[in-house]
Amino acid sequence: MPKFEYAPAPESRDIGRLKEHYGIFVDGAFRDGAGEATKTINPANEEPLAEVAEAAPSDVDDAVRAARRAFGPWSALPGRERAKYLYRIARAIQERSRELAVLESLDNGKPIKESRDVDVPLAAAHFFYYAGWADKLEYAGFGPSPRPIGVAGQIIPWNFPLLMAAWKIAPALACGNTVILKPAETTPLTALTLAEIIAEADLPPGVVNILAGGPEVGQAIVEHEGVDKIAFTGSTEVGKIIQRTIAGTGKRVSLELGGKAANIIFEDAALDQAIEGIVNGIFFNQGHVCCAGSRLLVQESVADEVIAALQARLLTLRLGDPLDKNTDIGAINSAAQLARIRELTSSGESEGATRWSPPCEIPDRGYWFAPTVFTNVSQANTIAREEIFGPVLSVLTFRTPAEAVEKANNTPYGLSAGIWTEKGSRILWFAQQLRAGVVWANTFNRFDPGSPFGGYKESGFGREGGRHGLEAYLAH
Amino acid sequence: MPTKAKPSKAPERLRVRKTYKLYIGGAFPRSESGRSYPVTGSDGALLAQAAQASRKDVRDAVVAARKAQPGWARATAYNRGQVLYRVAEMLDGRREQFAAELTAAEGLTDAKALSTVDAAIDRWVWYAGWADKYAQIVGSSNPVAGPYFNFSLPEPTGVVGVLAPQDSSLLGLVSVVAPVIATGNTAVVVASEQRPLPAVSLAEVLATSDLPGGVVNLLTGRVGELAPWLASHRDVNAIDLTGVAAPDRPPLQQAAADNVKRVYLPGGLDWADDPGTSRLAAFIETKTVWHPIGV
Amino acid sequence: MARSEADLRRFLHGLPGVDQVGAEGRAAGLFTRSIKTTAKAWAIDMAISMVDLTTLEGADTPGKVRSLCAKAMRPDGTAPAVAAVCVYPDLVATAVDALQGSRVAVASVATAFPSGRAALDTKLHDVRDAVAAGAGEIDMVIDRGAFLAGHYLQVFDEIVATKAACGSAHLKVILETGELVTLDNVRRASWLALLAGGDFIKTSTGKVTPAATPPVALTMLQAVRDFHATTGSVRGVKLAGGIRTSKDAVRYLVMVNEVAGEQWLDPALFRFGASSLLNDLLLQRHKLATGVYDGPDYVTVD
Repeated sequence: MPKFEYAPAPESRDIGRLKEHYGIFVDGAFRDGAGEATKTINPANEEPLAEVAEAAPSDVDDAVRAARRAFGPWSALPGRERAKYLYRIARAIQERSRELAVLESLDNGKPIKESRDVDVPLAAAHFFYYAGWADKLEYAGFGPSPRPIGVAGQIIPWNFPLLMAAWKIAPALACGNTVILKPAETTPLTALTLAEIIAEADLPPGVVNILAGGPEVGQAIVEHEGVDKIAFTGSTEVGKIIQRTIAGTGKRVSLELGGKAANIIFEDAALDQAIEGIVNGIFFNQGHVCCAGSRLLVQESVADEVIAALQARLLTLRLGDPLDKNTDIGAINSAAQLARIRELTSSGESEGATRWSPPCEIPDRGYWFAPTVFTNVSQANTIAREEIFGPVLSVLTFRTPAEAVEKANNTPYGLSAGIWTEKGSRILWFAQQLRAGVVWANTFNRFDPGSPFGGYKESGFGREGGRHGLEAYLAH
Repeated sequence: MPTKAKPSKAPERLRVRKTYKLYIGGAFPRSESGRSYPVTGSDGALLAQAAQASRKDVRDAVVAARKAQPGWARATAYNRGQVLYRVAEMLDGRREQFAAELTAAEGLTDAKALSTVDAAIDRWVWYAGWADKYAQIVGSSNPVAGPYFNFSLPEPTGVVGVLAPQDSSLLGLVSVVAPVIATGNTAVVVASEQRPLPAVSLAEVLATSDLPGGVVNLLTGRVGELAPWLASHRDVNAIDLTGVAAPDRPPLQQAAADNVKRVYLPGGLDWADDPGTSRLAAFIETKTVWHPIGV
Repeated sequence: MARSEADLRRFLHGLPGVDQVGAEGRAAGLFTRSIKTTAKAWAIDMAISMVDLTTLEGADTPGKVRSLCAKAMRPDGTAPAVAAVCVYPDLVATAVDALQGSRVAVASVATAFPSGRAALDTKLHDVRDAVAAGAGEIDMVIDRGAFLAGHYLQVFDEIVATKAACGSAHLKVILETGELVTLDNVRRASWLALLAGGDFIKTSTGKVTPAATPPVALTMLQAVRDFHATTGSVRGVKLAGGIRTSKDAVRYLVMVNEVAGEQWLDPALFRFGASSLLNDLLLQRHKLATGVYDGPDYVTVD
């Protein structure tokens, strides 16, 4: 029994204002989709949260028609008017931030302190940031009168449901496009609440359409003739399918896919902060992060010290009820994802790596996976190559900077990387050498609407955030 | 023979008239000189007595602006943008009040006054959106010929003296103040001499918008008396001479040279036009940093 | 262990750096812990038992000290006693007398507190006087000028000499972290003080701002943790200056718990140097017990 036992500190579930039934949002109105109604469940206890009347391909037709119709007037509006709509949405997200955070934790399984402190504030900030570009496009470096592309089909994943919706909708609207967005099947609720916010902001009908549904709805969006541009965040596997599907159609596409980032620790790193960086890199959001630092590359001369410090630190992580404000590790989003994590992790053991987890009380119900560290991992192991998308860290060593770069780059992925050293020139050298779209030096998993994010190689192409993030939504 | 008195009507309700004061360091003091001067409307009617600022008020305003500057510059650009957007919210809430003041001050029709106020609000929103983007269009990493990472960043110049336009007492005022503070500078603003009242109302809006005290300081009074003190003040880094008639500018420019102030002279003065980025650029210093790249 | 200036410099400068932004981020993250109900009640009582109730004013009199001691022994009806009373050396005898029969310790500042700017002999004399008057704990100040000038051995030797002059009294070494400014300096000064034999490292004199801050506390807790891992010796941390609310005190206990470890959740190893904090702890205690918010009329001035 610990000396200082933190009592339960539950956030109130009622604040999420969960409804019994959610419809889809098409042409400015809520209605039941023509698809099957499904139940979205709380992954922390496997209980149903709400019924969602999912879309069918016929709803996609309606949404595209509405988006096409709305595109003319929307793109003709002066930028300062589009800006003010986006500011309204940003403000409303801020006003309803607590409600959205609770809803996100219920639907996704992530700890309330993350949805409250990271997801929701960043979502509002994204709308604020892109609101400010709507009337300044001629200054953005894309020519004197940049034009929108048209209708954008946007498909987002389950790991940051509200934030990914913000990353997609805000720049698209700022540039004058109209949008059809499909949230992930296991996490539709915050996107549909965002639809309420959008309706209350009096956004003209058809400018944003939000359709909950599964793969066939996504496919219908991608294949639809009336959609001019596809933006997808999700697995590399599905990204390739999309890229194949649109080949020859003239559709624009941007992809933000998987990763297997190396987090590189040098002997001269600020050790305590590097440990935090490792923890944050792989255990933030239960490791359900495309840019997660899932490979720890530690300089061999300090490997034992770093691993010992890391294990000591992991003993203070708290796994449990996502709505408890002291929870650090929440639930895995779905049974399917949990099975995948288990499968890949067992390959770690069978291929000879050494597995360790801090002792964790796992609740009876729900989908849970204890933070796990594999040491004695080599580059050839499955766990060092495949994206696990869970709280599993693989530890490898290196001797020289060149070796670290080689190992870090030795992957088909290239989304992000971390470098920990007190030496400035080394940071800049690594930044130059690493084939990754985001390099974090002496920090990790930091996001800002002003900071462009996206990958090299099979982690996708296109950038979200910053001035660069406008490019994906402007005509060439 | 006295006529029978008419039955008297109920008396009209008496208005509580506003006292128009200066805005310095987040507070509303009277001028330390105790002076005021009459402000008349476009029709000649007396509108109010405005505070007539003195050189000591200029001095105090510069002290307040300097004190507030480091904190304002250190705030994140996002935060500055949020505060400026809040100013726009407060302005929008007082739309009718400002329109009435413009009608009185400038003789605008109701419709024109409203559209001018709307333009001022939208201009403020425009500048709010620049706060966290300006660096992305003027900053750069520079590909130098050597193993060095080299980058150039904009930084605020510091305390800026602003002589606001004489004629356009709200839209012109907003157009000269917002770009100064969006980038992290603080301002000492001398309002239009004949039409100072919308500026004082703007100061009230600023005071209720989470803008830290001292970021904008507003003085009303005789421009000819105040401008030389601002132009010669050695703790003022830059000065915008928009509100000074062209023939009167050279002596101010000469005074400004004493501490190598950056002097901004306006181009075209149609406030309805797209402002461009020259006012944002005018009060910025560029810092270039080098660092070797190597293991 | 004899050390040369060069050895000491190499060791201290060879300690890992502290990234300021990362340290502030970790401290801020720990401060988001939500401590409620039973946990809060436990933490408040623990915090009260860790207070060094302090008066260090030029205007201190025996009467003031006696009043403080009464409060220290019995803060209010049911609350535990505090850990110690902290006074200037010339008021130690008064405090010892007033605290007769209680378990509240008498701590004295010494070594030309707060500036430390006096000859070593004078400073050691100050210590011996306090010990002779009955102080069980001595809070010394390091020579910050010497530290910032890089004269680590001088600082080291002064701590060693002070520890010797303490006899059986335990020694807290005040680093005056507000004057050291950087977290790297805080880490180095912490190790220096621990190597020289300090029983406790303490943030501040309370006369300089900033005093105890979250990243400074984090760095010092990491130092005692690492010192224990390296040498096996358990030393304590005292946070003084600027901690006024129960909320902050509880947050710091979370930090102690998760950074150093639960062994340090003990008045023998962790203290709050404070004066107004005690009343806020008592007010929060009342609220937990009664369910309503309290006011200053319901706690005593000392």
